[in-house]
Amino acid sequence: MKPAPFQYAAPETVDEAVMLLSEYGRDGKILAGGQSLVPLLAMRLARPSVLIDLNRIAELDYIRQTDGEVAIGAMTRQRTIERSGEVREHLPLWWEAVRYVGHPQIRNRGTVGGSLAHADPSAELPAAAAATGATLVTRSTRGERTVSAEGFFLSYLATALEPDELLVEVRIPAHARAGTAFLEVARRHGDYALAGVAAMVTMRDGRCEAVRLAFTGVGPVPVRVAEAEEPLIGRRPEESVYAEIARIVAGRLDPDSDIHASAAYRKDVAGVLTARALALAVSRAQEPMADSRSSMVDHG
Amino acid sequence: MATRYFGARVKRNEDPRLLTGRGMFVDDVQPTGVVHGAVLRSPHAHARIRSIDVAMAAALPGVVAVYTHADLPATLAAPLPKLIPHPALIHHKTQYALAPGIVRHVGEAVAFVVADSRYVAEDALDLIDVDYEPLAAVVDLEAAVAPDSPLVHDDMDTNVCAHYTQRVGDIEAAFARAAHVFTERFTVDRGTAAPMECRGVVAQWDHKMRQLTVWDSTQAPIPIRNGLARLLDLPQASVRVIAPDVGGGFGPKIMMFYPEEVLVPYAAMQLRRPVKWIEDRRENFAAMNQEREQIHDAQIAVDADGGILGVKTVFLYDSGAYIPYGIIVPIVASTTLPGPYRIPNYHCEFQAVFTNKTIVSPYRGAGRPHGVFVMERLMDRVARELNLDRTEVRRRNFIQNDEFPYDVGLIYQDNAPLIYDSGNYPAVFARALEMIGYERWPEQRARYRRDGRHVGLGVASYVEGGGIGPYEGCRVTVEPSGKVHAATSVGTQGQGHFTSFAQIIADALTVPVEDVVITTGDSGAMSWGTGTFASRAAVVAGNAVALAAQAVREKALKVAATTLEARVDDLELRDGQVSVRGSTERSLSLAKIAVAANPLRGTIPQDWEQPGLEASRFFAPPRGTFAGGTHAAIVEVDVATGMIKILKYVVVHDCGTIINPMILEGQIRGGVAQGIGNAFYEKLIYDENGQLLTQTFMDYLLPTAMEIPEVEIDHIETPSPLNPLGVKGAGEAGVIPVPAVFAQALEDALQPEYPIRISQMPLSPNLLLQMIQRQ
Repeated sequence: MKPAPFQYAAPETVDEAVMLLSEYGRDGKILAGGQSLVPLLAMRLARPSVLIDLNRIAELDYIRQTDGEVAIGAMTRQRTIERSGEVREHLPLWWEAVRYVGHPQIRNRGTVGGSLAHADPSAELPAAAAATGATLVTRSTRGERTVSAEGFFLSYLATALEPDELLVEVRIPAHARAGTAFLEVARRHGDYALAGVAAMVTMRDGRCEAVRLAFTGVGPVPVRVAEAEEPLIGRRPEESVYAEIARIVAGRLDPDSDIHASAAYRKDVAGVLTARALALAVSRAQEPMADSRSSMVDHG
Repeated sequence: MATRYFGARVKRNEDPRLLTGRGMFVDDVQPTGVVHGAVLRSPHAHARIRSIDVAMAAALPGVVAVYTHADLPATLAAPLPKLIPHPALIHHKTQYALAPGIVRHVGEAVAFVVADSRYVAEDALDLIDVDYEPLAAVVDLEAAVAPDSPLVHDDMDTNVCAHYTQRVGDIEAAFARAAHVFTERFTVDRGTAAPMECRGVVAQWDHKMRQLTVWDSTQAPIPIRNGLARLLDLPQASVRVIAPDVGGGFGPKIMMFYPEEVLVPYAAMQLRRPVKWIEDRRENFAAMNQEREQIHDAQIAVDADGGILGVKTVFLYDSGAYIPYGIIVPIVASTTLPGPYRIPNYHCEFQAVFTNKTIVSPYRGAGRPHGVFVMERLMDRVARELNLDRTEVRRRNFIQNDEFPYDVGLIYQDNAPLIYDSGNYPAVFARALEMIGYERWPEQRARYRRDGRHVGLGVASYVEGGGIGPYEGCRVTVEPSGKVHAATSVGTQGQGHFTSFAQIIADALTVPVEDVVITTGDSGAMSWGTGTFASRAAVVAGNAVALAAQAVREKALKVAATTLEARVDDLELRDGQVSVRGSTERSLSLAKIAVAANPLRGTIPQDWEQPGLEASRFFAPPRGTFAGGTHAAIVEVDVATGMIKILKYVVVHDCGTIINPMILEGQIRGGVAQGIGNAFYEKLIYDENGQLLTQTFMDYLLPTAMEIPEVEIDHIETPSPLNPLGVKGAGEAGVIPVPAVFAQALEDALQPEYPIRISQMPLSPNLLLQMIQRQ
């Protein structure tokens, strides 16, 4: 398990990094936190000619609040957002989701941008991005562009990034007043989800004003199921509605089977988790956020 | 003698060194000029090798040598040694150092590259061109015994390599007169030991001294030395094998021989350069021996009160592609099955079967978890069918305290009669029930249920055979400095031998335990021994240590008697000083006695046996010791997801006299963790072509600290009459009954709404949810 030979470049600015990307294109591979790439290199499943290491680019490590948004630099460590008061206050869904990413040791190295750009369909942050309507900012020598989360994730480990483009930032609408919940089932604490759901609910006068659901582990990308959001809109939430939504979710999702769980299991559990997450999100929307996550499915 | 240390919670002598990164593992051995090996492994489960072209690899800059089967001398080209023959083992097929033309499992060694670095060696593996002709593979254990199955070895007309039956009493008569006979089928799937340190070998050949030194992450350095000398045509005195610190063994690190254990020394001699090979995790998954796969068709016959009249099991044992270790695992499974119960009539019969999968050899438990799973599940069935409390049906069948020594009527893995030396099964069981709160359980369970929670309790007992022969030895030396050194014949893989053996010696010689330095696993320090396996080091080596320490104590008195001109009977040893009773002036330290015992002039008396304050002793037990225990757990199930949570886990354990409770409890906790892995997480998955789908820790799920609960432990001590220390083996106790406990607890949690029946291990959330949904 030793990587095949590669050249190594360690740019110190975003400009230098995009110059290198422009030069090497598909032959180059970006190293962020290395939590997925380094094992792939060691197993020789990835054999880039040039490794472009972003770890010396200090300008990509930040959390900034702007108008109704929080912008997070691509090289911000997952552990940093987990410990950030701003993220906790303004992005409660992200704050909850990031705790499910591996273990503290992994989050110390793993980056926000790395997780999004790697686009593992069982990962947590892509689902959080989809649920919260995040925007991704990319840079190349050709300039900067923004892509919605829905437009960014194309398929299993595939994104809208061009070979010469670098993901530099994610912008997330602040959702401090929404009720949010992130729940997942994984074989062990810290594993990728067998099925997981990110839920965000806005309440007004005891009725649901808006609902967003995004799923992880049940498709080639973070999956949204619009039909499952509709039954709750304008209604007073109750168990029977959650059960109806759970059935819709289980019916609409089309996950693959693998050695850890069958497609049927993932569908059922995604439905179960949806009902639980909605109940939790609604309870949190109606009162100030309290840390009362369900004990049985808490694998953070 | 005073026991200051024996039985005490002495902190481990080795821990400051290990915990501060000053351990010496095989990969820490860095000889000057070392070159690095890498193994090309078969990507096929079964294939003929038409040709191998190594020219491109050999030409790569930095490559020192490339070996295939054709390059090996006759002794290494032949099948590697047969370890433990048995009359019932008709086809004793063993593995090759490098495949001679046919590969029989994914991961089998095909070529060996030596290069300046491991990186270059792996680059060279990519350049070796092997032309394989894929052959039909047989993967499934039951398919392998079907008449039309592909054959793993085409010079056999079957895949069955052994068929062995043991019987006690008259099973047919017992079944004929039974009030009830219940039949079940149980399956246990494959797993791997996953030691934290994978395997590794470093070899250095001094061609002027004609001395070969091998560092090997093995549990059995002395037998490795003996075998290597034979295979490489060297005198045993020219070969030294050192098992330095070993990061976990658990059984698979004793095989004799893995291909790399001969390839690395051979290459070092050929190249006259030190060679290192360190197994990576992906290799370890496919190339280190595996265990656990068995299918049992079992029956139990009972009278109207649930008294056992007879038990019968007929099972298949998957040996993988070769069977170097013989039929130890299925013998252990069938002889562990009776456990703490009186079974007057017993029939156990197995077929050992070749499949195109990695070789199976003992892994912690080594068949014991299977036997206990079968027996305890049968007891649960009896309780259910007869509407008896599950604890009552067990109590009615326990072997009682006045029945020891208890002859089970079988032959154990050491070819000696299976006779339980001592035990107190009812007391161990009662204490476990008390700790888990069995009496209050019905109310507690009902309370959980009222809260919508499905929580169950499981309890299971076992008897653990260990401490088997043939022998181990120890040489204890008091050096002129007064420090004590002991060389033992066993290797150590984390069992705490540097402390437990030191405790025994420190008591005998009345010195501080920190002043006793233990050497383990070095054939240069001790020439006779077998190894650390079968829960035997504390029993067999531990008693040799005690005998040697006692002999040194006696010699110290003898030498001091000469110097002090006193009678031995008038001397006493206290705090490392021998003195004439009642006189503080006439005394000598052990250091001074050590000097006196090795004079430069004059002579030494005949009855000193040898110069120096030193003695060597061996201990050879007549047969194994039998420890026992009961585990109990409370487990919660999420009926909508199949996820589980262990709320409480207790172990009551009896391994005879305890040397160090802290070390023992560590052993038990580690075992429980492995058992929980075997019950709910760990499973090696092969596809229908024999491809191993689980070759990383993302796919093969070891439980982590997050999945393992606090384990509450208590001990009962019934000393073994078979050895002076009264100790029994404890290494495997933690792992053995866990799947049985889990099965019962989950059924308890889910009844009566979901009357599931668990007859397979391991489980998973997916499987559990499926069972729940089927109800």
